[in-house]
Amino acid sequence: MKLNIFKLLAAIILLFSAGLAWAAVEYHDFATPEQAQAYQSLISELRCLVCQNQTIADSNADLAKDLRNQVYQMLSQGQSKQQVVDFMTERYGDFVLYNPSFKLKTALLWLGPAAFLITGLCAAFHYARQTRRGAEATLSEARRQELQQLLEQDGE
Amino acid sequence: MAKYLIPLLIYIVVSIFLALGLDLKPQEIPSPLIDKPAPAFSLPALHRPEKTLTPSDFLGQVWLLNVWASWCVSCRAEHPILLQLAKQNAITLVGLNYKDESADALQWLQHHGDPYTVSLQDANGRIGIDYGVYGVPETFVIDKRGIIRYKLTGPVDNAILTDKILPLIQILQTEPA
Repeated sequence: MKLNIFKLLAAIILLFSAGLAWAAVEYHDFATPEQAQAYQSLISELRCLVCQNQTIADSNADLAKDLRNQVYQMLSQGQSKQQVVDFMTERYGDFVLYNPSFKLKTALLWLGPAAFLITGLCAAFHYARQTRRGAEATLSEARRQELQQLLEQDGE
Repeated sequence: MAKYLIPLLIYIVVSIFLALGLDLKPQEIPSPLIDKPAPAFSLPALHRPEKTLTPSDFLGQVWLLNVWASWCVSCRAEHPILLQLAKQNAITLVGLNYKDESADALQWLQHHGDPYTVSLQDANGRIGIDYGVYGVPETFVIDKRGIIRYKLTGPVDNAILTDKILPLIQILQTEPA
């Protein structure tokens, strides 16, 4: 009898954990594999505006769920990926895109890292060249002879 | 000279960026809907579900659209301010009851007081998406021609009301319909 209670408990726990796993992933039926692919790529490049550092694919927020559903609805009505992206940016702005389009407002975002890299490389290159030249120049003739003497002494 | 000037310049530039960064509020996403027509809807009124309303019902007047829900905790923070605003009778205050059960919503209004001229039911949140709603409460100021002129994400407080919303309403009231 006791064993049966444990079995029942285990069954209940399993039932609930299955329910939890179920909640995170909705089941969507797509007409074509292209639509399914478009859905997957869209939900992983749209930002969840509640959590901000997650895509709507990763987020369990209510809004993310609604937006996933919206993406699904639009794709299954035969709308293109671009139409979905336009729909989202019209409502939530460029911030909703993890890959914002290149324009004046986002130029710093796109070019900033490259500009920092180039500046850094230039600075490093400049610094390296200067220190090498500097090392050669700072030894005066007298010091050089002194150094030579020391080396010779050491050799004896 | 340049040897000292360059690090100083870099320091200044980085400091400016970091200082600006301190002041940014990533929760406040600028709405692309500002200066655009209020997105269309046709929604049942909360108290009279048989009656549906659209934005054109409010043409010719300046109105506030306040997104709220009975499950929304910070809605309670702004509620006294909305009640006070309603008492002054200065403006049409439309509630968008977002992703809520109408029974819960009605009970909430009964318990906390109802500042709204009318509340509309957006049960599945579809109209919320059209308005770019991502954090309840949100408040939109819409002019006489049905154009969104201001949006606030988060609760209305006294400072925002007196410094931003009320002066804007005053200006909009003088504009021709």
